This record gives sequence, C-alpha cells and structure tokens, in this order.
Amino acid sequence: MAAVFHPGHHELHGITVVVDTAGPEIYVGRCDDMDERQVILLDVDVHKDGDGGRSKAEYVERAAQLGVWKKFDRLVVPRAQVTSVKRLGEL
Amino acid sequence: MPYSELMVAPMRAELASIGFEELRTAEDVERFMNDGEGSALLVLNSVCGCAAGQARPGVRKALESAVKPDRLATVFAGQDLEATARARSYFSDIPPSSPSMALLKGGEVVYFVPRHRIESRSADEVAADLTAAFERYIAAATPA
Repeated sequence: MAAVFHPGHHELHGITVVVDTAGPEIYVGRCDDMDERQVILLDVDVHKDGDGGRSKAEYVERAAQLGVWKKFDRLVVPRAQVTSVKRLGEL
Repeated sequence: MPYSELMVAPMRAELASIGFEELRTAEDVERFMNDGEGSALLVLNSVCGCAAGQARPGVRKALESAVKPDRLATVFAGQDLEATARARSYFSDIPPSSPSMALLKGGEVVYFVPRHRIESRSADEVAADLTAAFERYIAAATPA
C-alpha cells in the first residue's frame, strides 16, 4: 500500500478511483476528498450502464488498461448514491 | 500554472542523474521521437507526490536490470507544457496522465504505464512492471 503523501487529506486523495453507484452511472476520476456526505472527483469520466453497448464491468475493464478521457474537471457524487469506491490501479 | 523551478529542480535531477535527457521544448521532443532507432523510455514526470514519488525510484530500480532501453528521455508535465503536449501527440490515442511512462521500440509505443498503475504501487512494484516490459519488448531485439 502506498503512503499518504498529503497529510490531512483522505487516504484516497490523489488516487484514481472507480466510484460505482446504485444507479446506472459509474465514475472514474482522481479522488480529491470524500466524507460521509460526498465524494469529490477531479478529471472525471462517467459511463452509464449499457452506453455504447458496454456494461459497467466492461467499461471498468477498459479503463483499467490505459485510463479514461475526462469529461469533467470536477464532479461531486453524493455519498448516498455510492455503492463502492475502489482504486482503479487495483482492478 | 507551473510550479517554482526551485521546487521542481530536484525532481528533474532525480531522472537526469540516472541518464535521462530532459526534453524542455517541442523541438527537443520531435528530435527525440523522430530518431526511431532502437528502444527508448519516455517518462512524463510530475510533481504529484501521490504517484511520482513512486515513479522516479521505480524507474531507477528498473534501470538496474540487465535489459534496458537504448535511450532515456523525460518531459515534465505541468512545467514544460509545449514539450509535454508534443510528447502526448505521439500517443494521442492514450488518455493523458502524469506521471506516466511510454516504452518505445522503432519509434512506436509498445508499452504504456498510466498514472493509475503507479499511484497504487510501491517503487519495487513499478520497477517490476517496467522490468517485465523491458524483457518482453526489448530483450528479443538485444544482441547477446
């Protein structure tokens, strides 16, 4: 496990994460911060289950190879919608 | 906005001290990339400690292996903006991230390590990833 390089930030600060939700959306971006209310992502791509004929799993599999093209500079995902937050590099 | 050169200088030096040529301009990049002979490792350096702190030591360890690229070069993302943009234009089908690393053979990218495969790993793991790529893509072409 890599060390935390920014004391005071969440342990995932600066790490590229996959944020899955209870809905059709799944996000890949660099975690800026997260708490009980929200997950704040930077340089974010979003995929909707089935878009382009790809499931969430297929989208993540592709993202894990070389990364994603960002659609948003910054995005806030309400924590209530989030079902999991995982490091892309570990998928 | 670029960081102070005072802050960045040690990060540049960490790669320059192990043989990396710093490509500071778009012209530097074009000269390097257009010389497609042999193999080359291009490192997109970065200030970010989350990932670059593992990237540079990982590269150093990887270059201790018997098989390694013929040429080494680096651009500094967020600092040398034109050079970085020009470098990325040579692998424009790969989403931009930094730090990241491109292994080239005959001028073509044969292996790429994006940021997310560095930030979750130790320097030893980054080195192992690179060493395996050197063995796979360079060793076969290296005379005994």
